[in-house]
Amino acid sequence: MAFPQLGRSLIRERSWSVLVDLLVFAAILAGIYAVLATVKYWMGVVTPAAHISRSPAALPAYAFYSLMRMAVAYALSLVFALAYGYIAAYNRRVEMVMIAVLDILQSIPVLSFLPSVMLSMVALFPTRQLGVELGSIVLIFTGQVWNMAFSFYSSLKSIPRELREAALINRFSATQRFVELELPFGAIGLVWNSIVSVAGGWFFLMACEMFVLGNHDFRLPGLGSYLQTASSDGDTAGILWGLTAMITVIVLLDQLLWRPAIAWSEKFKMEQVESATEVTSPILHLLRNSDVSRWVRKRAVEPLWERLTTSPPREAPVPAARPRHRGRIVGAVLLLALAVAVPYLLVKAALLLKGLHSEELAATLRAAGASFGRVAASLGIASLWAIPAGVAIGFNPRLSKVAQPLAQIAASVPATALFPVVLLGLVRLGGGLGVGSIILMLLGTQWYILFNVIAGAMAIPTELREAASVFRFTRWQRWRTLILPGIFPYLVTGLVTASGGAWNASIVAEYFHFQGKTMSTLGLGAQISAATDSGNSQLLLISTMVMAMLVVCVNRLVWRPLYRLAGSRYRLDS
Amino acid sequence: MTPTAEPIIQARAIEKFYGPPEARIQVLAATDLAIYPGEILALLGPSGSGKSTMLRMLSGLASPSGEVLWHGQPVVGPCPNVSIVFQSFALFPWLTVLDNVEAPLKARGIVGTERTKRALRILDSVGLDGFEQAYPKELSGGMKQRVGFARALVVEPEVLFMDEPFSSLDVLTAENLRSELLELWDGKKMPTRAVFIVTHNIEEAVTLADRVVVLGKNPGHIRTDFRIAMPRPREHQDPPFLEAVNYIYRVLTQPDLVPTPAPEPETAPLAAGAARAKYPMMPHARPGGIAGLLELLVDREGRDEIHHLADDLAFEIDDLLPIIEASSLLGYIHVKEGNAEITPEGQRFADAGILRRKELFRVAAERVPLIRQINRALANKSDHSMPSDFFHDLLDEHFSDEETERQLETAVTWGRYAELFDRDSSGRFFIPEEAPQPAGDEVGGR
Repeated sequence: MAFPQLGRSLIRERSWSVLVDLLVFAAILAGIYAVLATVKYWMGVVTPAAHISRSPAALPAYAFYSLMRMAVAYALSLVFALAYGYIAAYNRRVEMVMIAVLDILQSIPVLSFLPSVMLSMVALFPTRQLGVELGSIVLIFTGQVWNMAFSFYSSLKSIPRELREAALINRFSATQRFVELELPFGAIGLVWNSIVSVAGGWFFLMACEMFVLGNHDFRLPGLGSYLQTASSDGDTAGILWGLTAMITVIVLLDQLLWRPAIAWSEKFKMEQVESATEVTSPILHLLRNSDVSRWVRKRAVEPLWERLTTSPPREAPVPAARPRHRGRIVGAVLLLALAVAVPYLLVKAALLLKGLHSEELAATLRAAGASFGRVAASLGIASLWAIPAGVAIGFNPRLSKVAQPLAQIAASVPATALFPVVLLGLVRLGGGLGVGSIILMLLGTQWYILFNVIAGAMAIPTELREAASVFRFTRWQRWRTLILPGIFPYLVTGLVTASGGAWNASIVAEYFHFQGKTMSTLGLGAQISAATDSGNSQLLLISTMVMAMLVVCVNRLVWRPLYRLAGSRYRLDS
Repeated sequence: MTPTAEPIIQARAIEKFYGPPEARIQVLAATDLAIYPGEILALLGPSGSGKSTMLRMLSGLASPSGEVLWHGQPVVGPCPNVSIVFQSFALFPWLTVLDNVEAPLKARGIVGTERTKRALRILDSVGLDGFEQAYPKELSGGMKQRVGFARALVVEPEVLFMDEPFSSLDVLTAENLRSELLELWDGKKMPTRAVFIVTHNIEEAVTLADRVVVLGKNPGHIRTDFRIAMPRPREHQDPPFLEAVNYIYRVLTQPDLVPTPAPEPETAPLAAGAARAKYPMMPHARPGGIAGLLELLVDREGRDEIHHLADDLAFEIDDLLPIIEASSLLGYIHVKEGNAEITPEGQRFADAGILRRKELFRVAAERVPLIRQINRALANKSDHSMPSDFFHDLLDEHFSDEETERQLETAVTWGRYAELFDRDSSGRFFIPEEAPQPAGDEVGGR
């Protein structure tokens, strides 16, 4: 009932408050300084290839620059995702096209965007650092925005009919509907997808901060370029320092940002009864009870909320005919623009591809086959260990209490940052990148499978497990009739995410600057990286197209049917 | 309460279709209906008769073909001054009770203390004093619906629409809320001038309404529209009350409502042009339910009034009607004037053991067009199986997607019971290996 909740808000928790207030205050000051420093640096004279110091003392500044880039890229992603999802959800005419575009963009690796993004941004601000920085930021953006947009779109599409009608019959304004219905409804999906997206941002940070584009060298001060410099110089201590800094930043972000965000988003669950298990965050609890945040809430948040949700007074509520033609004009203009732009670009692309030799095409297909094999192998190997381990953890609450947080931290380390360390080992053992890149992909993908299997094993009802032991199932029988069907839907989800991750990883795993030389192996990812490095745009175009096609086809032909099977046959509810 | 007064909302020849224009399905035939000041109007009908659709069109949520007038003016979008109480409450779970109730006031541009005062006053009047800061998930179902009422009443709507507002509450809570609503209404404690309630509970309609409209289905149309002049509060045992309940039961169970088996559906044209031709609908009842009804009838010496049956089973009319329809479709009972009477076939079925029952059911189910069609299609194919989509395509010219799926589901339930056919997890229909061929070999009876 309501009373504990009511009671809780009456008891003010004062003991930590002063300290918390000071901390919050300090954080705000630091934030303001950070913005100013960033602006100064961005507006400064352009230095596309900064000198990257390998001294650990430079790390805090580098971490700061990287963090700023990530923050701006994330803010851009959020705004874009909200707008894109909103338009796609409410515009019947463009919905199908927008979602198909999203599907394809999602399967294009970040590096393929690199040349066009970088060159256009530098052209936009040729004399300021801002241009180069924006290029890097937009690159990070292209790696994290699509799943957020898709999440918001599908949230909007699944708002219950009666909630929509309640807003409609009460004549909510568009902004009131947005802040009181649509945004809250999409919040949980957005928070979780933000976490995945930002993790993806860390993953590609090295590629986004330091790269060669034809005969231009781009190096931006940051954690990613620090790690890359250290590894290409073969500086083991430097690699470890950089790694430590990165993990520290990630763990701090997790504790200070994501966990409070998850705990806060619990309030947007659509459940009608209170659930027993809620994610809690001491940080959020402290924040809610500090005077500074109370003041901010009262002076800034609540008035803003009021402004957004309250409509101007209406005397005589007369139903007005909605102006429809304006939207139609905008639509027509957009359509016209598309009708001109698409054929033009197609012709350009065709002309570019015409110069391609048939050997190059054959090489691309061979490379695609090699990468495909590696992705499959890494999924297979990951499944081999992650399924038994996940089931063991999921079935044993005491083990899961210990293992889950550990695995979470391990998973939050971007695999790319570990590459240099793994490569060091590989080189010492005398192995090449051909097999080595499978291990590198594995680093990034195994966690998705592990976490989903754990969740699946935990979702198997205890009664079923008890039934299995009462009837003395053999081990094989248990796996075949209980465990594998039980975790199937979760396993499919894990495999889908993992395969996406593996394809992404192929870009960085198959081609690596290490100890002063470039290591690479036959593969589509290597081809894309090499094409970017050498500025070979036709090779880049064809290999990107092949990869996008492969990923989209695998999604359609393998994962979607499996999803359907999981949804119909292997469901534990009903 | 005089029907000669100016209606607040008037619907003229409103109808509703679903589906693409070339194969549209009519859910509501052209209908006139008006809501007058001073009345509580209850809209009753079996599921699929378009009750909710009607409510959404009258309130302006859905746009009909035909027109809806608000004080004589055509409306576009939601009517200017109405609100709705929803079956699922439709509260915003992330807003407190107070914020939920204030939300519609914000939309009307009411600010500051005035807004809070109005919200608190209305919360007080529905008995939610002290729960302002609670979140909906912390409240029981009855309390949630109180918030629903408060949110609807706070804008002082001229017409209050209610879409089965009590049907997700338990019996006692519903009873309680109903009488509180009547207290507010009869004591003129709410400025609302008319109430429009959709329900499938006959007694609820007779308890509350000044006027009852009963809808029929395929497509939805008005069967009857009559006034109840009894003073409130009304006693459930009063003869006029019982009479009204009986009358509605009779209307709802008139024989013409029961789809008679169509002559030969195989020869019926199934082209898109014939989309509006009626296709006999399968009532959604399980064989077990049919058996239960027949056993009950045997206990009652073979016949009883349907509303007695409903009372004794504590069934809502929506739950009982499909069973009655199904039994009559199978030739197990006769329905006349609100009475159900068991036929000799029904008697035989009720007396039989489980295997013999299946056998009898198999014969009886052959009368049902959809069952017969599925059966023939499967029997005529060499591997005795067919994808679900085949039957989907057959039906979707007559029903909405949802209804098509329900029809097939019911057909599968019956086919499974009769051991005629089944459907596997991928949705394929098939004749089970050991099943008798439709030609009708003997299965060892008892």
